[in-house]
Amino acid sequence: MVHLRSAVCMLGRFPALAGADLDVESGEIVLLSGANGAGKTTLLRLCAGLLPLRSGQAEVLGVDLAVDRRAIRRALALVGHETFCYDDLTVVENLHFATRAAGHSSAAADAALERLALSRVAHVTHGRLSQGQRRRVSLAIALARDPRLLLLDEPHAGLDEEGRLVLDEVVRGAPGEGRTVLIASHELDLARKLATREVRLAAGQIREARADVSRPDISRPPRAEAIA
Amino acid sequence: MMFVRDALLVAGKDLRIERRSRVALQQILPFGGIVIVMFAFALDADRTSLPSAAPGLFWAAVLLAALLAIGRSFTVEEANGARDGLRLSGLDGGSIFAGKAAAIAVELFLLEVVLGVAVVVLYGVALHGAVVLVCAAVAATIGLAATGTVYGVLATGLRARDTLVPLLVLPAVTPVMLGATRAFAAALEGSTSEAWQWVQLLAAFSLLAVAAGVMAFGPLLEES
Repeated sequence: MVHLRSAVCMLGRFPALAGADLDVESGEIVLLSGANGAGKTTLLRLCAGLLPLRSGQAEVLGVDLAVDRRAIRRALALVGHETFCYDDLTVVENLHFATRAAGHSSAAADAALERLALSRVAHVTHGRLSQGQRRRVSLAIALARDPRLLLLDEPHAGLDEEGRLVLDEVVRGAPGEGRTVLIASHELDLARKLATREVRLAAGQIREARADVSRPDISRPPRAEAIA
Repeated sequence: MMFVRDALLVAGKDLRIERRSRVALQQILPFGGIVIVMFAFALDADRTSLPSAAPGLFWAAVLLAALLAIGRSFTVEEANGARDGLRLSGLDGGSIFAGKAAAIAVELFLLEVVLGVAVVVLYGVALHGAVVLVCAAVAATIGLAATGTVYGVLATGLRARDTLVPLLVLPAVTPVMLGATRAFAAALEGSTSEAWQWVQLLAAFSLLAVAAGVMAFGPLLEES
């Protein structure tokens, strides 16, 4: 699903990812942990094809990102710090646009609206939503696109208790829906409850990989890509 | 077919945003109107020489207003990381270009209608050759919108975008300004055949601009 080998990604002149190695198999929920500036967001953006690979190898969803980083985009979704929405469009308009752009019907958008409990604000413009509601819209868009790879960057940030429960339910159900999930988070107590494996980043490299971080029902073997 | 569907999706999104935000209606259109009025004051308050200068003044006003419309089209992609959303959408770069250019073109058509009426009323222009005038306006508008969309995405994400877009767009659309002004002048003087020649030039330029945009927009969006 995701295979990185000595992947280097630059932000300006700074190597935000400095030779990262990572293997994520289908159906996994992998937590990326690490301090600010460790390279978590950069890794997610690289996997989404938003940042170019400077050197090394990166294969996502079977596509070599060095060759074509646009081919994978209809098959993945990124929930990031930004919602990627238009302030002057309503929630439902933003959802329909993103869903139809990915080649899905508006029915998928409506289903996601229900699932994220956003029906009440469906016809409110994005610019008038609270921070937590915006995060929900962002997650709804991601789900409506029916991605095989779900990339979540600080997904719990800004969500209220109800929102966090919905998010947790979505993430836990992801493998059953054929999705693989990569979560970058600082809220480790919350994220570890969801993840099947934790990977720690520091200075743009994978420092440590831990299997079965919290869930007793998960029994995946540790992978050998960890770098000392 | 997919290309057209995706282009219509993007165009619909941009036009819906403009309809709701009313920036085009409440800022760009009045700006174009003010330019027309200011030209009238600057050149000739008693309207003796205004009819002959009307084609050039009209297209200068359209061009200045078009710069605002182009800037606006890419400003909406800046908030909330919408540009990354557009890249992640999976839409082909060519169809995004076609959609954004089409939305700008629709706005400019409406602007031209209103400014055209203002020119007729304020400058005392007598209309001749309506068909060739409309064809010239269509070809010129497509050329303006296509060129502006290419340079608009080129400047996206740059701090100096607001000043850079006019610097890039104005020289690039010189053929449009020249062709449209000459076509309008010839049509209003009754030289229809000469006007059609300018329309052909405008159409060729617009075709080239659209082809270049369809090919270049995707890579430019990725690098912006």
